[in-house]
This record gives sequence, C-alpha cells and structure tokens, in this order.
Amino acid sequence: MTTTAPVLDPVPAPLASGRGNARAPRPLVVTSAIVAALFAGPLLYLAIRTVGFGSNALDVLASDDAAGPLLRTLLLAASVSASCALLGTGLAWLVVRTDLPARRVVRVLLVLPLVIPSFVGALALQAAFATGGLVARVFDVGTVPRIEGFWAAFGVLTLLSYPYVYLPVAARLVALPPALEESARSLGRRPTEVFRTVVLPQTMGAVAAGSLLTFLYCVSEFGAVSLVRYDTLTLRIEATRLFDRETSITLSLLLAAVALAIVFGERALARRRVPIEAVGAGRRAHQATLGRWRVPAVGAVGVVLLLALVAPVAVLAEWAARGDGTRFGGTGDAADLVGPVLNTVGVSTVTALVATFAVLPLAYLTVRHRSRVGGAVNALVVGGFALPGLVIALALVFWVLGTPVVSGLYQSFPLLVFAYVVHFGAQAMRASQVAVSGIPTRLEDAARALGAGRWRRLRTIELPLIAPGLAAGAGLVLLATMKELPATLLLAPTGFNTLATRIWSASESGLLARAGLTALVLVACSAVLTWLVTIRRMDRLAH
Amino acid sequence: MNPRMRSLALTVVCAVATLVAVAGPASAGTGGTLTVYSGRTPELIQPLLDEFTADTGIKIEARYGDSADLALLIDEEGDQTPADVFISQSPGATGYLDGNDRLRTIDQDIARLVDARYRAADNSWIGVSGRVRVLVYNTDLVKARDLPDSVFDLTKPKYQDQVAVAPTNGSFQDFVTAMRELEGERRTTKWLAGMEANGARAYASNSAIVEAVSRGEIPMGLVNHYYAALTKAADPSAPVENHVFANQDVGSVILVTAAAVIDQTDDRKLAQRFVRYLLSKSAQTHLAEDEFEYPLARGVKPLGDLPPLSKVDAPQLDLSSLGGGLLRTRELIAESGLEQA
Repeated sequence: MTTTAPVLDPVPAPLASGRGNARAPRPLVVTSAIVAALFAGPLLYLAIRTVGFGSNALDVLASDDAAGPLLRTLLLAASVSASCALLGTGLAWLVVRTDLPARRVVRVLLVLPLVIPSFVGALALQAAFATGGLVARVFDVGTVPRIEGFWAAFGVLTLLSYPYVYLPVAARLVALPPALEESARSLGRRPTEVFRTVVLPQTMGAVAAGSLLTFLYCVSEFGAVSLVRYDTLTLRIEATRLFDRETSITLSLLLAAVALAIVFGERALARRRVPIEAVGAGRRAHQATLGRWRVPAVGAVGVVLLLALVAPVAVLAEWAARGDGTRFGGTGDAADLVGPVLNTVGVSTVTALVATFAVLPLAYLTVRHRSRVGGAVNALVVGGFALPGLVIALALVFWVLGTPVVSGLYQSFPLLVFAYVVHFGAQAMRASQVAVSGIPTRLEDAARALGAGRWRRLRTIELPLIAPGLAAGAGLVLLATMKELPATLLLAPTGFNTLATRIWSASESGLLARAGLTALVLVACSAVLTWLVTIRRMDRLAH
Repeated sequence: MNPRMRSLALTVVCAVATLVAVAGPASAGTGGTLTVYSGRTPELIQPLLDEFTADTGIKIEARYGDSADLALLIDEEGDQTPADVFISQSPGATGYLDGNDRLRTIDQDIARLVDARYRAADNSWIGVSGRVRVLVYNTDLVKARDLPDSVFDLTKPKYQDQVAVAPTNGSFQDFVTAMRELEGERRTTKWLAGMEANGARAYASNSAIVEAVSRGEIPMGLVNHYYAALTKAADPSAPVENHVFANQDVGSVILVTAAAVIDQTDDRKLAQRFVRYLLSKSAQTHLAEDEFEYPLARGVKPLGDLPPLSKVDAPQLDLSSLGGGLLRTRELIAESGLEQA
C-alpha cells in the first residue's frame, strides 16, 4: 500500500523498525527457549498419548469424527475472525479517532462482551431472542426461529470475541504518530483516503494479531457452540472424552496441528507487512469530525452494544431478579461473593502481569531477529490458545505429578497461574509483538550512541513506547482468566472459588437467579479492571 | 519512579496482598482429612460436608467439577491422586474408573443400606440419590389426557414437532443405554429414528429444555424429574408439570448419583465412614429436600409431593451396564441424526 504513497514513509523502511536480521543475543535465545519449553507441555502430552494409541489414531483421523467437524471448525473460525476484523477495526477507529459522542465511556463498554463467559452469553442471547423470551415479550411477537446452527454460532461468537481485534487496534491507533496523517491531509487527501493509505497499513499488524486470536479462540470454543449445537471438533472431543479416549486425544492433537499451521501461516504473512511507526507521549492525535456520519456511527455502536452487552446483561438481570427469595429462587447471600471476587481479581491480575512479562523476551526475539527458534517459539506460545482448557489441565497434571521436583506444586496457586499463562499467553504475545515492532530503531540507536545501557534503554525508551500495547495484551489475558472454567476446576487449590466456578455451579444446580447475579458481578469487576489496567494507560498516552 | 511505574507497582502489591490474604495455608484439622471429588455441585453437597465435619471433626477438602472431567483427573493423577472419595452424577464415570482399576470395593455392611438395584454388583460404587426420567410438559399447551402412555408413543403423528430431547446430555444417553439393555438394540434404533422423523427437537441440556417448555417454545420434553420442581421453586407460576410413564416403561427409568472409594485412599476406613454418612437419614433427607431427589437408603422417605420410589413403576435395570454401553449409545444417537434435529 505504501507504493501508492511513498512520500508518507518518513524513514526508509529498513531503518524504521525492527524486522531486522541481526543475530539474536544469546541470553535472549536461552531465555526464550526456556519459556517456550514450558509452553510445549500440552502439545507433548497429546503427542505422547497419541503415539501410545498407535495405528488407532490414524483410524480416528479417517473416521466421521474428524473431517466434517474439522471443516465446520475452520469455516466458523475463518468467518468469525473475518467479521471480527471488520467490526473490531471499525469500532476502534470510531472511539479513538473520531468525535463520537460519549466515546470515553463507550471505549470501556466495547471491551466488556469479552468477559461474558461464552456459555452464559449464548444461553442469554438464546433466551433473549427465543419464542416467549425477553425480546419476543417486549415487542409482542409470537414464534421466532430458534437460535442455532452455523449462523447462530457465527453471530454469538462475533459478538463475544470482536474485542480481541478492537483492543489491540485501539491500542495501535492511540500510539500512531499524528504526523503521518497530518502530512497526508496536507497533501489534500480526503479522510477516507487517509484511512486507506495511512491508518490501515499502519494498523494491519494489530488487526492481524487480533484476528488470529479470534480464530484460535473460535477453534477452542466449546460453551457457545454446544448450546447452539454447531458440531465442531471441540464438541466431538468433549463427547468422546471419557468413553473413547483415543478419539478425544487424537482430535485434540488434530486441533493443535491446525492451530500451529495457522500460526505459522500468519507469521509468514506478517513478514511482508509494511514497517510501522510508534510515537511517544505528548501529542494528541487528530480526531476526524463525523459530521453527517454521526447518526449512523452512533447507531452502529449502539446496535453492537445492544446485542453484545445490553441483551445478555438484561437477561442476566432478569434471572437475578426472578424468584420469590426462597432458597431456590433467591440470589443467595451476596456476602458469599466477596471471596470469589477477591480470588478472581487477584488471580487474573497476577496472571496478566506474569504473562505479559514472561512473553516480552519472546516478543523481542520473534520480532527483532529472524531465526528458526523464533518461529517455533511463536507457534508454541500462540498455538496453546487453541487447545481446550481441559486438555491443558490434564497435560499439566501429567507433567507436574510425573516430575518429583515440582510435584509439591500440584493444585497450588502458582500452578494455577502457570496453567493460565500457558493457556492465554498467546494473547499477551501477539499484543507485545505488535508493540515491539513499533519501536523505531533509530531512537534506540541514538540512545546507544549516547551511551545508554540495555536496561536503561528498555526502561526509559522502549517500555514507555510499548506500554499501551502491553496493557492491551495484559487486558486480554485478564479478561480471559476471569472467565476460565475447566482448568480452574481441576487445578485450583482446594476451596479456591472464582466467580466463573460459582456461575457454573449455580447454573448447573438450576439456580439461575444466583448464576445471573454472579455473572453480573463478573461483568462489573471486569469493567473496573479493564479500565484500570488497559484503558487508563491508553488514555494517558493519548493526552 | 514515574507515575505509571508507581501505579504498576501498586497494582502488583495489591494483587499479591490479596492472594496472601485469600490463599493462605489452610490449618490442619484434628480428626484427619478426607479429600472428596464431587461431580455434584457445592450447592447440593457442601452443606452435607460441613455437617459431617461438625459431627466428626474430620476436615473435608472438596473439589467440584463435571463428573467426567473429575474421572479423567483421577485417572491422570493415578497413584498420586489426593482423592479419597468420588461422587459422580451417574454410574458412567465411576464405571470408567472401575474399568481402569481405580476403585476399591465398599464393605457389604455399608452397601446393604441401599437396595441391590441401586449399586454395583461388586460394590465398587453405591447409589446415593435417585432421579426418575420423565416427560415434562407445559400445562397451558398440553392437556393431561393427551399425554402418552409410553415413551414409544412419542414417535406417533399425534406428537409431531412436540417433543424436546437433549441427545448430548449424559442423563439422556443413560436413558438410551437403558432402552438398549431392556428393549434391545433394534427397537432403540427404530425409536431414535422415529423421533427424528417425527420432528423431535434437540436442545443442549435438561435445563434448556425445561426453560423452553416453560416459555412455551415447545410443548414437552424428556428430562430428569427434579427440573420441574426447581423451576417452580424459583417461579411458582411456571406452567410446567412432570408426567411419569407407568407400566415399567423405560421412559421413566431410575438413574442414580454414585459414590465410590478411590483405590489410592490412604485411609479406607475414613473414606467408608463418609460413604456411610451419605446414606444416613439426615444426609438422605438433605439430598431429597435440596434437589428434590429420591433418597436411596432403605427406610428414608422422599419429599412430600413426590410419589415414593416404590410407587414409581420403573423397569428393572442393571445400572452397571450404563458405563460400558455408552460408546455404542453415542454411535446410535449420532446415526439417528437426532443431534442435528
């Protein structure tokens, strides 16, 4: 795209930022290799188990359990990530770069659908739009078609996962140098042209990062697809997990292979993208005036929030308000939620911080240096996101109990955090990679020439520049951890309840009122944390 | 330190402090400790555990989760499992563990507290509470005289597009396995195909069915008996009722929650004591009142509105058959196309 506007490229590409070919420093390679080895546990576990099944594994791959569900999984993941790319990018541009009314509130609200556990979101949307449901009663319509199958899965997952694109793209837009757009405008380009020739190429990396996360999320998703009954690989893995271990394990390995292939493919594409430019704090970015587009823009944001947030929250509130206050109908003692709230907030904050800093060296290695190790590290970390939580949990049981030195950590808090980091590290990884690739090497070169050491450069130049990107990644990990269920149930210390485990047990017990209230508390906690960890940091940089 | 770094440091400190506060080391109990893995939810089980601890001074560490996931966990933990007792939603998951030699038989003097129909022949697991499969229906949409006599009637034109099923749900699959055991594979295959052809609609779970029936989205559905009671406890005006099939119809087969002692337990006596407690009058009454389930210990009566288990004209079934037959059941359901209905 830069070929259409060479003038806009302020520095020659090779100097702009780091997709360098320089040999990676040894400490960086060693650190990265160690971290990556820790991420490889689940994949190795699946491989060991599958090899144990011998030729039966091949039979599974040739059976009806494999091909159809695999195709459906790919179709769903590809279409949802495409729609999320469009929706997430458009929304990010609207709240960061236009004079959209109430954008300060809207930018927090737009992140929140990500925290609604998918089974709760799907259940709530189904209940809202079902015959005799909330919407049918409010608008007095009779029979409505059931929300199920491909389109239902597509719709529900798009609404719940577009923030995977929205958040990194918003972070990227905040850090985008206003000078690029200003020079384009001074050349007489119209706003749409500026968007197409400057903003879009500069945000492509973030869009791709978010779309990849959406893709992997859809591949691993179980809660929503099971409720709308769209027959994907995860459904087969779940259905066969106890009485047909061979099928379940082999299909899990197939899922992992698909994820690795996608991650490698995305990395190959990423190398062809134009270099990107970050900016330090201090300058306020230009904001487009919406003018006559104001009403349609507000309408579009309104519809998304209505479907993705208001509808599920309204159904949850209806559940919470239901009943006559008896043991069964009531919401339970609200004081019982204090412990789970503290646990959820504590464990997800720690996980977000650990994940962000654990993958930072990997982000440097994979962005700054072209190496085979880098490709493998990237695939291992990012691919882990596609595996079902149950598989990750069982793999860690296998490794931890099989390694006497660490077996004392079994079902302890550190192991739980480790499981989350392995599961969700991909989200921090992709966001960090986008951030690191935006550091102009000429700034570093200047600092180095002035005699600044490695740590000083990292602290004074690089960290401030990549902070919004890291914060976006941390925010994604945070939200994912807050709603995680299967690994939490199996690996948490005894008696360690989170809001997600409470929602699960209440809805499993048929206590919808209690489940509804707990889910509302989860959404509220997420809103506060997202603002603290992510949005506030982006704001500070923008002003 | 600039403000950003300071707030980051503050966040870390707060988070760590929170964790130390909530995840501090648990104090050891005096009368020993027992670890229970439970496939039934804390809402149902925890009050029982608390009462046991209060009575005996024995501390219980409970882990809750899906029955199948916990069975896989125990199997993966192998020799190092901390679990002493496993409570499972259905005999399927305990059967899986028994097949992998992970269970220890329970002494006959405890086992005989429960009718032989509701426990494994080798006492590897014991039924703790029971549930009856029923047809739940919307009282605004269906008149009692229009209800079917047998689950096999549901394939007739009269019930076209009227019935909800949950083909991926464990209880539905247990019911189909029971049908295969009692009526044979041919009749079961024919019934599944008939349901599909008659426009039966598939839902994700029992509770999804009861919700849909209650809303009037579909007139009736095949579920466990307690969902209607739970729905009405939350919303007394909900127009749902249970229909129990008579004449030992497989449509109203009785399924059970199973308790088992894990082979690796370091204190078998303590584990058995807990199983015996689950069958005590107070524990059984609690199970009945809190989830409207059937008590299985001899001599304990079910809750007021429920017909006593002996009056439910249920068929005789070897519940141990449920675990082994599930794979074949899943194949039959998949072949019928009912999952896509």
